[in-house]
Amino acid sequence: MNKIWLIIQREVMNRVQKKSFLIATILLPLIFPAIMAVLVYVAMEQKKNAAKNIVYYVDESGYFAPDTSKFIFKKFDGKIEDAKNVFKLDDSYGLLYVPVFDLSDPKGLILYTKTNASASEENDFENMLENRIKELKMQKINIDQKILEDLKTNVSIQNVNIDKETGDEKKSDSGVMTGVGMAGGILMYMFIFIYGAQIMQGIIEEKTSKVVEVIVSSVKPFQLMMGKIIGLASVGLLQFLIWIVLITTVSSVVLGMFGLKMPQQQMMEQVAQQNPEIQQPPALEIMNAINEIPFSYIIPVFLFYFLGGYLLYGALFAAVGSAVDSPAEAQQFMFPITIPLLISYLGLFMFTVQEPQGTISVWLSIIPFTSPIAMMGRIGFGVPIEQLILSMVLLVGGFVGTTWAAGRIYRVGILMHGTKINYKVMAKWFMMKN
Amino acid sequence: MESIPSVDIIHYNRIIFFVIYHNHSTLILQKPKSSVEALIANNVTKRYTNHVALDQVSLVIPQQTIFGLLGPNGAGKTTLIRIINQIINADSGEISIFGEKLHEKHVGTIGYLPEERGLYKKLKVGEQLIYFAQLKGLSKARAVELSKAWMKKFEITDWWNKKVEDLSKGMAQKVQFISTVMHEPKLIILDEPFSGFDPVNAQLITKEILELKEKGCTVIFSTHRMETVEDLCDHIALINKSQKILEGSKKQVKEMYRTHTFSVEHQGAFSISPDKYDLLDQKNIGDNHFKSIVQIKGSLTPNQLIRDLTDVTEVQSFIEKIPTMSEIFITLVKGGSDE
Repeated sequence: MNKIWLIIQREVMNRVQKKSFLIATILLPLIFPAIMAVLVYVAMEQKKNAAKNIVYYVDESGYFAPDTSKFIFKKFDGKIEDAKNVFKLDDSYGLLYVPVFDLSDPKGLILYTKTNASASEENDFENMLENRIKELKMQKINIDQKILEDLKTNVSIQNVNIDKETGDEKKSDSGVMTGVGMAGGILMYMFIFIYGAQIMQGIIEEKTSKVVEVIVSSVKPFQLMMGKIIGLASVGLLQFLIWIVLITTVSSVVLGMFGLKMPQQQMMEQVAQQNPEIQQPPALEIMNAINEIPFSYIIPVFLFYFLGGYLLYGALFAAVGSAVDSPAEAQQFMFPITIPLLISYLGLFMFTVQEPQGTISVWLSIIPFTSPIAMMGRIGFGVPIEQLILSMVLLVGGFVGTTWAAGRIYRVGILMHGTKINYKVMAKWFMMKN
Repeated sequence: MESIPSVDIIHYNRIIFFVIYHNHSTLILQKPKSSVEALIANNVTKRYTNHVALDQVSLVIPQQTIFGLLGPNGAGKTTLIRIINQIINADSGEISIFGEKLHEKHVGTIGYLPEERGLYKKLKVGEQLIYFAQLKGLSKARAVELSKAWMKKFEITDWWNKKVEDLSKGMAQKVQFISTVMHEPKLIILDEPFSGFDPVNAQLITKEILELKEKGCTVIFSTHRMETVEDLCDHIALINKSQKILEGSKKQVKEMYRTHTFSVEHQGAFSISPDKYDLLDQKNIGDNHFKSIVQIKGSLTPNQLIRDLTDVTEVQSFIEKIPTMSEIFITLVKGGSDE
């Protein structure tokens, strides 16, 4: 035990003293908010400065009614050929040609632009014309515009969760929960991959520098493997905690600069407000929803699944590292490790955040190989406690199992040099007596 | 008047003395230091899926000796060494070390320099030595103290903060050797210690090995360099095809493989009774000087040979041709492979 502790210390010191660790730990949380800040700034500036583009139109049909919310429309009286000549010379954005057309089969509409129109702009024009044609058709069959307006209703659903036991009501916002789920899942995926790969690399290094036989004459191979895995897990947790602290601090500063407020501040203001429900701007609404995220519940669960998932995959990465002589050779054995990770990653987008209580989502979040990522995707939406417990127990069982199996491959693999490795050889090592 | 002798046992400086009083006289006997063998292997067997790596190998390694573990590549030497280091376990058989059954606690008793050896490239020399010593069970303070002392001894104190990747190969070899012996192991196992060592370092290491032996260490040497064996080893064992085929002190082994062949330099050619001797070779080395190789048949002594020779020629020198370790090795290994 004492020796595992020595190895853990050594691993942590090795990583933490590296420049790359400092850079990744300190710069990354600064870079993300910085990029966000730049994007928000640019978007704001663009909105402020955005003069509407001028679009000329030649309307031969007499049907066209310009919608001026996005463009400034100027009617050109005359032939399209003349209009084109004028358009070529001035700095207007586009020229829309509306020929005489049949309402049921509009053809020949052309938008001339000097640069390629974006898909959304093209869409704007199409919508504008479609709406106009719809209007004309309705007039034709004598439906009053007033009645049409009355038929339109705006619905916005407020989702409120009721706690089964206490009956407490909690607002939730599925958009924000989706965001939390995706962020958690992606973070988990990255962590497992980055730290798993580091374990593998460390073991390959020990093997190629041939220091490993010296070490295993002092400690048991299993101790060496566990020391490495636990050491790197500690580094991962440390890095994660530093990130949380830095991101929280930096984000409040950045958001503060743009007049947005952090959830805590906002909550205090809300308490002061008499009726907070009325007329909140959308940004505040999202902030409000973020405020409702049970971080005190999500973060411990994240840490549990991070450790569990990391230990489970870390052991597999260790086994691969011990078997091969070079990172290039490791590639072929990475495939079976990558597959369940990729499945859960893709499942995160395709099932988990779309339908968090669906059968596939539930199973993905219970099977140990996919549960760390899938459960992060589901956790914000609320997971029945019995599913959570089953998933956690299976994950613990899963990493105990992979660690045991990996240990058996590792103890033989680290002492093998220049052997041609395939799955059969690994299976043989696994079966070998100690 | 006869009295019954009485005995006192006295411990002094970890040495045991027997003091025997008998008939007004006192006799002090020192208990022999190496009464416990450094290592005893008893019928050690290790099987892998396709082959047997060690087949019922038994060895006795006396304390304070340099023990040559010899054998061709793939004979099972490294397997045996790994079993002694508890890196792998034997399928059957027993190993005891200084009288105790091999156990995890003996990790600190052994210093191991494997054939496949190396250091952490990114680690500083000082940190590396301390880490290795701590893994062998030393306290941090003791590890610092000993690593400093050894670096001073090897005159490499100013490398303390250098990373291993910045060292030359020779420098790294010194560090590697220090890491093997610095935790003061009683049993040192060196697997092909000189492979890759330059002659200067090899000499330095040889000197250290002899010094360590003087201090009471037992050294197991695994090698197929016979000149090293000839120079350094007191005892040897030869392993071939997973089996031990020879074991004993160097003297005993040489005695065993004596061919009773003698090299004689003499003036004037001779012929000798073919009933008693074989004249294997006789050549003129100039000026009527000859060199002959004579092998004794039967149980005649060398003295008899000398007597017979002086009758027929003027003997100038007479040396028994003792087989070199290399010759013994080749004879045995080749003989084994012919079967």
